[in-house]
Amino acid sequence: MGYVAVKGGTHAIEESIKRLKYERVHHGQTIEVEKIKAGMRGLVDQVMSESSLYNETLAALAIKQAEGNPEEAVFLLRAYRSTVPRKHYSRVIETGQMNVDRRISASFKDIPGGQILGATTDYTHRLLDFNLMDESDADVQEWLHQYLNESFQGDEQQLTLPKVLDYLRKEGLIPTCENNDMEPDDVTRESLEFPSSRSQRLQILTRGETGAITSLAYAVIRGYGALHPTVGELRVGTLPVTIDHPTDAGDDDDAFYIGEVKVTEVEMLMPVTVEKEYGKKELEFEIGYGLVFGQNETKAIAMGILDNCLEHPTPDFPSHNEEFVLYHIDSVESTGFISHLKMPHYVTFQSKLDSVRKTKKEGISKGQEVKS
Amino acid sequence: MNTAYNFAFFDEGSKREIRRATLKAIAIPGYQVPFASREMPIGRGWGTGGLQLTLSLIGKNDVLKVIDQGSDESVNAVNIKKLVSDTTGVATTDLTTEATLIQSRHRIPEVPLKKDQILILQVPLPEPLRLFEPSENETKMLHAEKEYSGAWLMLFEQIMKYGSMTTGADHPVMVQDRYVMAPSPIPRFDNPKMHESEALILLGAGREKKVYAVPPYTKVVSLDFEDYPFEPESFEDKHCRLCGSSGVFLDELVDEVTNETFYQCNDTSYCIETLNEVEPFGVK
Repeated sequence: MGYVAVKGGTHAIEESIKRLKYERVHHGQTIEVEKIKAGMRGLVDQVMSESSLYNETLAALAIKQAEGNPEEAVFLLRAYRSTVPRKHYSRVIETGQMNVDRRISASFKDIPGGQILGATTDYTHRLLDFNLMDESDADVQEWLHQYLNESFQGDEQQLTLPKVLDYLRKEGLIPTCENNDMEPDDVTRESLEFPSSRSQRLQILTRGETGAITSLAYAVIRGYGALHPTVGELRVGTLPVTIDHPTDAGDDDDAFYIGEVKVTEVEMLMPVTVEKEYGKKELEFEIGYGLVFGQNETKAIAMGILDNCLEHPTPDFPSHNEEFVLYHIDSVESTGFISHLKMPHYVTFQSKLDSVRKTKKEGISKGQEVKS
Repeated sequence: MNTAYNFAFFDEGSKREIRRATLKAIAIPGYQVPFASREMPIGRGWGTGGLQLTLSLIGKNDVLKVIDQGSDESVNAVNIKKLVSDTTGVATTDLTTEATLIQSRHRIPEVPLKKDQILILQVPLPEPLRLFEPSENETKMLHAEKEYSGAWLMLFEQIMKYGSMTTGADHPVMVQDRYVMAPSPIPRFDNPKMHESEALILLGAGREKKVYAVPPYTKVVSLDFEDYPFEPESFEDKHCRLCGSSGVFLDELVDEVTNETFYQCNDTSYCIETLNEVEPFGVK
């Protein structure tokens, strides 16, 4: 009972925190932040994506502190993020300028520029590689040396490629659309209102918890939704980020390059019914868009599915309802509220207990049997 | 051969269990038999259902062919073939006639199958009624009661909306006048190949945990109406640019330079075989 009592509570909490540290270090070993950054790319990318903070080192630190638990790591990083002053907005980034590492289309065999598999687990067998039990830094460096000699003659090339969808637009298979470079509504600065703007929706989707986004999109394509999507193009690569001169905003040429971010971008194609004049109906392709930090391909595809769902609300399925989706996919919000159930609820429970007892008593006084 | 794992990856108990579900599926054509689908070393939705059937059936003397979207060379086909041959050491082939087991995604080969062959189709969505009924519990009852008006209504609505049935691949079929079945997303063009097939056709859905079958010489009819008959994809007046075949399923490709549209056999091994017959071993 120590945990809420006035006396002893503080001490109990201190002991609990000590115990937490003990669990983290009790094997007598510690994991270096640099090692996490080097070897846990998948988790680092996921945490950066859900935190909307692009910093591999800080993500690795959060992962270390959270003992590898992504929801806790995202929590730490989001809390840190909200202390960071916002000094500049970047210039609009054209994803066509992406330096591409990987790029595939599931819709077209022959895409201009070709399919580039890049790094992916898609074609590996998920068999445990027991050799990794004894992999040493020396082994890794030797392999790396050999690989770099074989695969990279001279400088690595920058590879920018045309978008598959542009090719389809030229063919007239999907509607053209104008660039919308309006400043987005910032969901971290203003609260979400419904109906939401597309920029709000895309931000909340891209910050969304990977598992939540994935399972909602999965429900959509399994039958609790009205979509039959195909991956038009999926690309992973780096985007240059530039900012304007603080006092002297000019055009692209005057902007300062401040670094690059790795992202996964997905353009989904969805056949949809379009009503034409006189009630005539036709099929057309529409787009669902996904863009997330790091290499998070499943999440980006799922985001593309949900983006299109929310563009087309249908009362039949909650997955097409923006309030349902946008309010429930955030990692910090959902895990926070679920875990708050662990806090003391003695007062509310006491009054509920009172009500429950009353209804039972009334039942007895009316001569009804109470089944236990 | 990877000896760290059992022959054909699975333990013998698992294989027996899957074979048992398979036998039941063969005994009740078109009926979706639930089975304890295993977690596999490839992704759910990447052909784990087909792969489990293949691994449960394969023996040392089998010859395996794997096709993905008509091609033996596509990444997923290569990947699955590699896993099976790594864990069994069996021979693989591209030639349809040589194969005893053919695992396929989205196509039935152009070369007619024979009675000593088994075709295993990978199925993403085994439930033909899912489009209008999301609940598994409900669709199970609809099948039990042979209550298929929803399926007919779906096709009828398409005709009302668009003037024709707009099913792509996976046009539903009626099996032996009893069960409506999803033929796996094979093009409509391949649906008739299931009818009275000499080879046993098995369908496996790993993620949805279902196995079903079309035994040899079984009646398989694509759903349609008297006045709106079932129509496969049409390649009339078109032929393959490489081997000249017509009457086969063709891919539509665009020449990047000239912007011209041309056609090519989707079944790449059929195309190569035909080419070899025309020009044996490259001799002109």
